[in-house]
Amino acid sequence: MLWPLFFLVTTIHAELCHPDAENAFKVRLSIRTALGDKAYVWDTDEEYLFRAMVAFSMRKVPNRETTEISHVLLCNVTQRVSFWFVVTDPSKNHTLPAAEVQSAIRMNRNRINSAFFLDDNTLEFLKIPATLAPPTDASVPVWIIVFGVIFCIVVVAITLLVLSGIRQRRRNNKGPLGVEDAEDKCENIITIENGIPCDPLDTKGGHINDGFLTEDERLTPL
Amino acid sequence: MAQASGIDPLVDMEDDRPKWDNKLQYLLSCIGFAVGLGNIWRFPYLCQTYGGGAFLIPYFIALVFEGIPLFYIELAIGQRLRRGSIGVWRTISPYLGGVGLGCFSVSFLVSLYYNTVLLWVLWYFLNSFQYPLPWSTCPLDLNRTGFVRECQSSGTVSYYWYRQTLNISSDIGNTGTIQWKLFLCLVACWATVYLCVIRGIESTGKAIYFTALFPYVVLTIFLVRGLTLPGATEGLTYLFTPNMKILQNPRVWLDAATQIFFSLSLAFGGHIAFASYNPPRNNCEKDAVTIALVNSMTSLYASITIFSIMGFKATNDYGRCLDRNILSLINEFDFPELSISRDEYPEVLMYLNATQADRLAQLPLKTCHLEDFLDKSASGPGLAFIVFTEAVLHMPGASVWSVLFFGMLFTLGLSSMFGNMESVITPLFDLGILPRSVPKEAMTGMVCLVCFISAICFTLQSGSYWLEIFDSFAASLNLIIFAFMEVVGVIYVYGMKRNISPQERRSSTRAGCRSPVYSCPSCPHCGSHQLLWLICCTSTDGDRRIHIWKVV
Repeated sequence: MLWPLFFLVTTIHAELCHPDAENAFKVRLSIRTALGDKAYVWDTDEEYLFRAMVAFSMRKVPNRETTEISHVLLCNVTQRVSFWFVVTDPSKNHTLPAAEVQSAIRMNRNRINSAFFLDDNTLEFLKIPATLAPPTDASVPVWIIVFGVIFCIVVVAITLLVLSGIRQRRRNNKGPLGVEDAEDKCENIITIENGIPCDPLDTKGGHINDGFLTEDERLTPL
Repeated sequence: MAQASGIDPLVDMEDDRPKWDNKLQYLLSCIGFAVGLGNIWRFPYLCQTYGGGAFLIPYFIALVFEGIPLFYIELAIGQRLRRGSIGVWRTISPYLGGVGLGCFSVSFLVSLYYNTVLLWVLWYFLNSFQYPLPWSTCPLDLNRTGFVRECQSSGTVSYYWYRQTLNISSDIGNTGTIQWKLFLCLVACWATVYLCVIRGIESTGKAIYFTALFPYVVLTIFLVRGLTLPGATEGLTYLFTPNMKILQNPRVWLDAATQIFFSLSLAFGGHIAFASYNPPRNNCEKDAVTIALVNSMTSLYASITIFSIMGFKATNDYGRCLDRNILSLINEFDFPELSISRDEYPEVLMYLNATQADRLAQLPLKTCHLEDFLDKSASGPGLAFIVFTEAVLHMPGASVWSVLFFGMLFTLGLSSMFGNMESVITPLFDLGILPRSVPKEAMTGMVCLVCFISAICFTLQSGSYWLEIFDSFAASLNLIIFAFMEVVGVIYVYGMKRNISPQERRSSTRAGCRSPVYSCPSCPHCGSHQLLWLICCTSTDGDRRIHIWKVV
């Protein structure tokens, strides 16, 4: 008596949940990629947890608060670990619309991910795009801070150099006033040798190009 | 009787000319000017394109026959005549003053756009102080359902360079607006340059200790890091394996000569300016050989570092290509996770091709060859801002390496900028354009201000197109013509037999004095051959113009 009932349920199950069924979604897990050595084995208990999480997500949707774990059907579990699932209504005759399931999963994606220690990339719901996390914008971009630091240092250094240059110039202007008087006196003396003033080579016609003078030509030999 | 002066009259000539504090400052300044961005991103590309180790043969031949003699001429006349470029050529002959004026103008134009490259480097440097690096992910689109479309199609690194840094417009006619981020970086760059050249060689002499030596420290760190990365040896062997047949291509010889010429920063007038502050008794022949050899050795050293990191990147990309294919196979055929290793992949592919070819054909599988990834070469900013930034993303501790790399590029470019600015400032001082009462700081400030205002055009959205134009036409052919005129001027106008090297003036072996042109009897011929070839090649093959800032 029970066997026909069992077969009936299995057949209905197979009709509602099979690959590419209406309102069915494929899920793919990459446990070993995510966890490495700490990876757990995917067995029926994990499937039970998954069905529980999907049922939990559906309960958050208005009008679907009565979703039970038994309404979530899994099928075609492969070694990859990938499988298909559908959510049926309480009568178990037809499946809930894909849009509702999709919005429910998207709202609770975080909880589902963390139940399995996975993230959006390693627990994939094909055809359900994940809402990407908002970028963590610092209030002030980092580059402006670094720029401000460097620029302030450069401006302070320029100011110091310019001020020290001005101060040195003032000191030089005050200092050699005594020296300048002596130099003026020297220039007034014109050396006279043999009645000829000793500045015949000054610029009176012609121009000496220092670049073309070699050392010997500059001084007349003794 | 005239006063017999026992003092060397050369020392008497200009007592108040600034001097280097010590020989090391002078050497470091010349090395810093010669070693620039081109040593990092042009020489490795040439090595890779022209048969690896085989390229070193034409390179060193060009160094000996063209680079060192021209360099020696510049140092010698600068040191002997103790003036900047305009003054030196006017002294040799008033009719040659135009050569000096030309060098001065080219230096001015080059410093405009060279500093623009530095501002891009500074922008990347400032953005490296965060983790994850901003060019590792695409920004989200408005719905937050995915990434920006433009970024998905071009890749994160290219998107960051072309959109978020340059915000490039469609063509040069479409100028767009000034990018305020680049404008701020421009202000910072010119302020830094002003800070370092504010008192001429007094201030650059101090700054050069850091800016010339820091790149070598970073290169060594990168070398050690690069050689320990997986895939480095593949990169080095593949890229250095010599291919001797390539030497039959005349283009190789021309590129080697061009690379030496622009790498040593000849004909800018910067080396003349630096040498003019030397004591007259300095041995400039030894300096010329030393600096030229250091420049070439730095190129080699940098290319080993770059190749090892490119080898790592190629191996990484190849591994990820394989992994993507393996994941497609696993997902399609529902194999267990991690069941196919990279080595087993070819066999599995063959097996599936034999058994389930139709399902296999629908998958987007790409063929992965390591040589394809190794062959992807880049030079110029493509190497630094796109290829290297992507390589850095996969190294552990990405931010640190990025900071170090862009810091190194910035100091390299800054030390070259010192040479450019000196070749602009020294002639202005020698000509006495402004009265002596105007302090030096004001003069250099005005030069930097004029350069800054002129360079604002490069911060427009079309700025990089303008930079390409400047780079292709402002300097390349002009410098070669100036170098040719320099050689002609020194040999035929100034005279081959005139003693340029001062240390031989009082030596007993007068007959054995060598003027620099004796060491290169072929120098004018080299110069003219290269000039003719370049004119011929640039006129027929418009794409292959030389980009100075990629080479200098």
